[in-house]
Order: sequence, then C-alpha cells, then structure tokens
Amino acid sequence: MQRQEASKRTTSSQADAGLGEVVLAGVAFKIDPLGALVYEDERMLIVADLHLEKGSSYAKRGVMLPPYDTGTTLARLAVLIARWSPRRVIALGDSFHDDSGPERMATSDRASLAALQAGRDWIWIAGNHDPNIPTDAGGERLPALDLGPLYLRHEPRAGMQHGEIAGHLHPIARIAGKRRRCLITDGSRAVVPAFGAYAGGLNIHDEAFHPLFPNGRKRAHVLAENQVFEVCATRCHPEELLRPIAWGMNPR
Amino acid sequence: MKPASVFTPALPAPFIEWFATRGWTPRQHQLELVARAEAGESALLVAPTGAGKTLAGFLPSLLELTARKRHVPGTKRCGLHTLYISPLKALAIDVARNLKAPVEEMGLGVRIETRTGDTSASKRQRQRHDPPDMLLTTPEQIALLLASPDAEFLFGDLQRVVLDELHALVTSKRGDLLSLGLARLRALAPDMTAIGLSATVRDPDELRRWLVGSGKLASLVTAPPGAPPDLRVLDTREHLPWAGHSAVHALSEIYAAIRKANMTLVFVNTRAQAEFVFQELWRMNEDKLAIALHHGSLDAGQRRRVEEAMAAGKLKAVVCTSTLDLGIDWGDVDLVINVGAPKGSSRLMQRIGRANHRLDEPSRAILVPANRFEVLECVAAVDAAREGAQDTAQPRTGALDVLAQHILGMACAEPFAADALYNEIASAAPYAGLTWEQFEKAVDFVATGGYALRTYDRFAKIKRMPDGGWRVANGRIAQAYRMNVGTIIEADMLKVRLLRGPLPKREPGAVYTGKIGRGGRVLGEIEESFIEMLAPNDTFVFGGEILALQGIQENEALVSRTHAEAPKVPSYAGGKFPLSTYLASRVRGFLADPSSWDHLPPQVGEWLVLQAERSVLPGQRDLLVETFPRGGRFYLAAYPFEGRLAHQTLGMLLTRRMDRAGLKPLGFVANDYALAVWSLADVGRRVESGEVSLGNLFSQEMLGDDLEEWMHESALMKRTFRNCAVIAGLIERRFPGKEKTGRQVTISTDLVYDVLRRHEPDHLLLEAARQDAATGLLDIARLSDMLARIAGRIVHRDLDRVSPLAVPIMLEIGRELVYGEAQDQILAEAANDLIKEAGGAKARSIEAHDLVAS
Repeated sequence: MQRQEASKRTTSSQADAGLGEVVLAGVAFKIDPLGALVYEDERMLIVADLHLEKGSSYAKRGVMLPPYDTGTTLARLAVLIARWSPRRVIALGDSFHDDSGPERMATSDRASLAALQAGRDWIWIAGNHDPNIPTDAGGERLPALDLGPLYLRHEPRAGMQHGEIAGHLHPIARIAGKRRRCLITDGSRAVVPAFGAYAGGLNIHDEAFHPLFPNGRKRAHVLAENQVFEVCATRCHPEELLRPIAWGMNPR
Repeated sequence: MKPASVFTPALPAPFIEWFATRGWTPRQHQLELVARAEAGESALLVAPTGAGKTLAGFLPSLLELTARKRHVPGTKRCGLHTLYISPLKALAIDVARNLKAPVEEMGLGVRIETRTGDTSASKRQRQRHDPPDMLLTTPEQIALLLASPDAEFLFGDLQRVVLDELHALVTSKRGDLLSLGLARLRALAPDMTAIGLSATVRDPDELRRWLVGSGKLASLVTAPPGAPPDLRVLDTREHLPWAGHSAVHALSEIYAAIRKANMTLVFVNTRAQAEFVFQELWRMNEDKLAIALHHGSLDAGQRRRVEEAMAAGKLKAVVCTSTLDLGIDWGDVDLVINVGAPKGSSRLMQRIGRANHRLDEPSRAILVPANRFEVLECVAAVDAAREGAQDTAQPRTGALDVLAQHILGMACAEPFAADALYNEIASAAPYAGLTWEQFEKAVDFVATGGYALRTYDRFAKIKRMPDGGWRVANGRIAQAYRMNVGTIIEADMLKVRLLRGPLPKREPGAVYTGKIGRGGRVLGEIEESFIEMLAPNDTFVFGGEILALQGIQENEALVSRTHAEAPKVPSYAGGKFPLSTYLASRVRGFLADPSSWDHLPPQVGEWLVLQAERSVLPGQRDLLVETFPRGGRFYLAAYPFEGRLAHQTLGMLLTRRMDRAGLKPLGFVANDYALAVWSLADVGRRVESGEVSLGNLFSQEMLGDDLEEWMHESALMKRTFRNCAVIAGLIERRFPGKEKTGRQVTISTDLVYDVLRRHEPDHLLLEAARQDAATGLLDIARLSDMLARIAGRIVHRDLDRVSPLAVPIMLEIGRELVYGEAQDQILAEAANDLIKEAGGAKARSIEAHDLVAS
C-alpha cells in the first residue's frame, strides 16, 4: 500500500516511523497513532476523554448502546502501556462518562483497569463529566497537574496559555475525505484527541476552538491507521454541511 | 364460498334512492362485497381505479350501522365499529369528506371522524373516550392506539377494518407494522372482518393471505377490467438522445399534446425531473395554459392547492411524481403522459387507469422515452400493458426492527405472555416464518439491547414478572415509545427552510462557523443524500424556484432565494425505482430477436443493426460483456439489465475482484441497463489469452467475502443500519422534554455499527440491516439471482473500439455537473464523437441517419 505524503514534516526521525512529534513549551513529545501523548524522558503517557461506561450511562436512560466501549477502550490503553512501559499515566479528564461510572463497570473491566494501574502512578484529572471519581477506581484524583513549563488540565482556557495540555474538545480534522482524530496545537499549547471508543468529535474549525488560538497558525497532527501526519489546519475542511457534533462522527 | 352471481343483496331504500339521485347504479362488485361481508367473510376487492372501490369498501359498514342504530337502545358506550386505514394522511381526509356527504344526505346518523398526525391533541384525546362509529386513519395512528391501555375498550367491538390501496401498503415496513397491528386487532376483536381494496396485481393470493393471516385466504372479488388502454410510445420527429433522462427533445411535442387534451397528468420519475419539466413547459407556454407542479417534497399546503384546483377543473396539466399514484379521482384527467421509462408494467397500468375515470371509455396514455434504451423499455411496457401482464411482486419477510418496535408497543398496552404474543405475531403473513428463537432474540433486544454481555439487565425496558408475563418497566419508557413510533420509515429527509434577513458575508474559501441566520418559512422536504453533495452557495431547483444552500442545522437545510438563471446541481435523474425484472426480461428479449425490431422507431432499429454488425446482440438469457480500448484506458461494458441499484453493488464488488486479478480498475458507472468499468490493464487481451476468466470475475462468490468487506465500509450500509436502529428503538429521534437538544444527547450509529460488527456479528440489528440491503438500496437479492442466471452464459466480444450498444453507458462517465441545455449540448457532441467511432469505416453509408445533429 502506497504511503501518502504528509503536507509537511517538522523532523525526520527514521527510527520512529509512524510516530508524530510535537514540541510544547520546549518539551519534546511523541504522538502515538492510537491517540496518546508520550513524554519519553519522563516515561509519561497522557490520554484524554476516555468516557468509560458511556454505553452503560446511555443504557441507564433507555438507550441500549452495545456494552463494549469500556472493554475496547481499556484494551487500546493496554496496548499503549505495553508499548511504552510508562512510569506514570495521566488521564486528562472525562475518564468516566459520569461519576457513577466506576460502580457500573463489569468485573472483568474492573480487573483490567486494576492490572493497568499496578506498579505505576495513575492520575485521574477531574473533568466536567467526572468531577468526583470515587476512590475505588484506584489511582490519584487531581484537579490539574502543574509540571513546570507544562500545565495539564481537562478543559482548555481561553487566550494565550503557554504550555497548557488539555482535552475536553475531542478535536477532529476533516481531510482527504475522512474525519480523523487529531491533536491541535500552535506550538505553545495543545488540545489532545479523545481516546474513548464512543467519544465523538468536534471539527477543529468549530468556534469552540477559536478563543484558544488567537495568534499563530494551527497545526493538526492527524491520527491515521499506523501513522501520525502533521498538516496545517487550513488544509482541513470545516464541518459546515454535515451534521453537528451531536452525531459524534466516528473518528476512525 | 358461494359463487358471486347467485347472491345479489337488495340495498335498503335510502341507498337505492341516493344512488339514483347521482345517476349511478350499484356495480356488481360492490354488491358482491356487501354479500361477502354479510356472510361474515373477509374479502379482497381487486379493481382498477375509478371502479368505485372506496364506496364498495364502506357500503357493508354503512348498511350495518344504519341497521344497528335502529334496533339497539344505544345507552351503552361502544368502541369503534369500523376502521378505515389508508397509507396517506391526505387520502384519509379526502375519503372522509366524500363519505360524509352521502351519509348526511341519506340522514344515516353515522359518526365519521379522521385521525392523523395533524389532528389536534384535544380531539385525539376525546376520541379515546368517546370514539366515533367510523375512524379514518393511518397505519402509524393504529400502532399508537394499540400501544395504549385504551386499546381493549377502543377496539373490543370492532366489526370491520377497511384497508385502502393495499397493494401499495404491503410492500414496505409500514405494511409489516400494520400486519402486526391487524394481528392484535384480531386478538382484541375475534369477530372482526377485513376488507382490502387493491389495484390489479399479478398474484392476489399474497394480499388475500395478508388480510386474514394464519395461512388462510380472504375471499376474492374482482371487478371487470374496463376498456383496454389507448397507449402508445411517442414517435418523435426529433433526434433521439443516446443518454440522459431529461426528455428535453420531446417537450414541444408534450406541450402540443397537453394543448389538445382536456386535462393531462405528466408523470416523471423524480422530483428533480418534475421541477425541470415544469420549468421548461412554462418557458414554451405561449398560450398561458394552467400548468401546475406536484411532488412529495413540496409543502403540504401547496400540494393541497394543486389538488383542489384539479378537482375543480381549473388546471390544464399537472407535472407530478409517484406521489400522485395513490388516491382518489381528481376531476377529468383524460390523458396521462409518462416521461421516461415507467420502470414496471404494473405501475404503468395503475397510472393509465387514472385517465378518464369513467370506466367504459379507454384511457389515453403516451410514453415518452428519454433515450434510446428507454425506447426499448417503453415498447416492452406497452406490450405488457396490452397483454394485461403484471410485474412479479416479491413477497416480503417481516422486518425484525419493526418487530422490535411492535413488541415494545404491546408491552406498553398491557403485560404480555411470551408464547401468546409469539403466536399472535406469527399469525401475521409477513411473520409466518418467524422462529421462536428469533422472537426471543427480539424480546431480549427490546429489554436490554440483546447483547451477549449481560451488563444491562438492571436497566431493562421491559421486565418479566413472577407469573411469567412481560411488562414495561416504567411510564417514561412508554412515553418515549409514543413519541417515536411512526417517525420511522421514510428515507432521511431534511426540511428546507428559507432564511430571513441578510445573509452573513461569506468570502470564497473562508471558513464560516457561526450562526447561519434566522429561519423563516419551511418550503418542503428534500433528500438528505442530495444535500450532502452540495457546498455552500450551490444552487438547485426546488418547488419551482432556484435556491442556494446556505448550510445545515440539525435536521434542516437552510436556503436563500437566488436570481440565478439555471441551477448548478442536478440530482440523479433516473428515478428511484429500478427497472422491474419483468420488463428487463422483455427488453432482453427485444435485443435477442431482430424480427421484433420493426415495431421500434427507425432510429432505434438502426442502432441495433449497427450493434449486430460491430459486435453482437446478446441472447435473452446471456450476459454480454464487451471490452475495448479508448483514450488510453481499457473498458469493460456489461449489460445485465438488472437495474441501477444492483449494478452499483455489482460495480463495487466486480472492481474489487478485478483489482485482485491485477487488472487495475480505476472506476465504474452504472445505469439501469449496463455497467462500464475502466482500467489500466488490457482486460480484453487478458480474457482472450485465458489469463483472466470472466466466469470467475462474475462469480456468485463475490457475494461472500467481497460483499462482507465492502459492507464494512459502505456508507450506504451504515445508513441502512441507522434506519434500522431508529425503527427498532435503539436510538430515539425524540426524547421527552429534550426535543431542541444541543449537543450531547444523540450518538453516532456509525460507531455502534462498527462495534457490533466486531463483537456481535449476529446481532438483531445487523440481521435487520442485511435483510434491508438484500432488497433495498443494495438490491443484493436481485444481483444474486442475476449471477445465478448467467452462470456459464457469458458472451464476450473483444473489440477494437466502443460498440454502439456501449455508447449510452459511456456517456454516463464523467458527466459534468452542468444543467439543462448546456448539458445536452455537451452530451450531443460526445455522442456524435462516440457514435462516429462506433460506426467505424464500414458504417459510412448510414452515418447520415445516425449523426443527425439536434
């Protein structure tokens, strides 16, 4: 299968073919095509918007979505953790679709989560969906995480926020006929893609993103099957003619 | 069953007098229906339009109600006596109006009311407590009424159900849902009988079974067919186009016919065609004839006005689509013009039946083929109509998503016992083959989504009680059900809303994501699939005017009026119904038999002669495949005649197989008759040398893995799945109290589709979607039959240039999105080039005929 040319490449590290790269506030990160940010030097893995137990949350209200989202999401997370062996995993908010998510988890999923958490630091950043995760979910709860030049929070703040890494918006780039998850950044701060199996997406041209990047050109790091491509945001199409975010188009 | 002629009931005096004042005598089939009803039999009445079918359907009830009123003291409150169900709201209302007139004139004292989605809430409320004698309504309302605890009161005394336009009802999911409703009605009112009113069909036994269920047959009453139609194919003086569907060459001849007749209906295959023909007729309307437009996307009020004007005799012609196929007589139509191929002989005959509603005079109809292939189809249709031959209808298996919706509805009415409900459901004809396992699966789906992983049991929507009965879990679920039933079936349509006020400034290429503007009037509805093709500011025709798309919000397309001369974007003009198998077979018969060509127009005959010279005409049961080079590409043209939908699917699958065979296919086009694939490799040479086998390429194997893989990605399949998910009640379109929802409440069915395919490939919804795909947009069943038919019968010709038969399909390739005259100009030039090529050196002597420029 032919490789597609990306529109621009910032670096050319052959050893990490397939991985993306981004520098934020002077810190160099790798982007794993499964949808995680990796800070190799610190052996840190960052994922956002897992939305675990979204299926059961809907089922509670009478919409019986297939109950496989948590299992699928945790399985993907397991692949990442096996690949990178992080010392620290940071879930950047909206890890559960609601605060009672942990108690609805199936026993097998609960066990899988515990296995992933064993032997490493696990941090749940509070999100708008899950402001108060119960303690039996393991790990540590924090409202945000200050890491020197970097600041990790769930919901991005307006204006210049040098070094901020946030989730919440589920960025999607529409390019080459498909809607794909992406990381969006201006080199100073970044919004990370949503990781959850049922987490929908919001087009990067949506007005929700405007206050975050008042100056400078946005770049999208687009997640494809086994690769991350960096493109200018202007190369991506707006959502205008298709259904609004409420339909949560499949990011894959 | 008593023979009909033996028993002729005498009608009571008021009825005879009333008939006399109208100058009518009751017809034999009307009396026979009365006889059957009095004998307690259910019956199917098959009659052409204009035979007084509807009155026939009501007579038994009117007679009974008149008799009853006289004898019963009348202090006890009764439920309904008669239900009349019609597929269209408008039909129910019109029938009510026409029925009330004689009832009042005869002083019968029978209460007749309608109930549709438009009926006021207060009136609907009152009807539950104080029902009329006769209720005229739609299938969706029946489903709603049956899903309430009032059902037993309302329907316990029901004597009769009258089902109008039955032939049209049973062919869809609406029919499935109605058949389940009928099964429930029979359980609530065991003495009830059913009367079905239907147009002429090939196999009335299907409908007779449907009416009574449990494998039994209703009686059959057939009205005499009436005079044979005066039907012809327009023998145009103009040059017959090679491709295209606009029939623009014939419009002045159509106009001339309209001028001569009293009132004409001009039927076209699509909304877009209707708009186009309407505009063009007005351009040449020097005599200022009153020509109107009628199609399903127009606002209901506008349609009403046209209908009223027709009935009042104020119109000279109406350009319309199949939305006018159903319904009562409209004034004095004496000519039907069918533009484009009719697609089926039954549909054609039903349309012809509308011309001249006085049964004894022959109806007049003219078919206007839009291109040379269509001539064949039209001639075949005329022959079929003259013989009275009908298309074969495919009997339906009841849809599983509809079943799920029904089961929940029954739980909302009252707790059900599983085996009793199963037996009731299996008594409905479309569900006669439903297994107990499938039923259990459906119940499980309704309760918890039907997943192997049992994590949702505590959230179940219906629950099993200690005595074994199933009961709805709470009132909220019943409420949500009632809001969503009946929003089900039709393909996704968006409302077209005109924007008020100034439009936002939009620079070319700039990204605009804010509010689009304030909404104004709703102009009608349009297909979602069409709008999805457009970009902002693209123009299209709708409701007789040219609009520009500004954007989409929720379920609405926001538009503005423009001053453009012509719209930029046409929509697919070939129609939504593919060519019927019956007509396809007849057309193949024409091609195979040169002696039949002399009753074709000379332009078409010459084309076929040329084809015989340059290549070959296929035998009726063969598949002809031609290969030839052109413009640096290598073409494969096949002529299956199975309709556009099946050809699209075939194209998808064939190109995958060609790819694996190393033939490097680049793309394909398909129409109702043919399929053309273009590739980088010389397909013809590879086949001739034996490297590639056409038998392998066109093998039924493609319906296995190739189909599975393609369905995984197909947008069509995902849309089909989405429809099933909504109908089955997995995804609700409307939540109580959350109708103007912003973001979070809805979820993508694409995600659900992918997850289900991965984890539960046998899930009920996937099975339902596959069933739909077999007959719906993917027409897989038809494709499968075709592949079986042609196995071992592929005829191949490797040519050095395009063949005459291939010219039409080649013209479909790369058609620019140009509209109207310019498109036809381009087409004409392209056609001239192609036919010159196809004709080649030997054909110079007939060049003069073939290459007449328009």
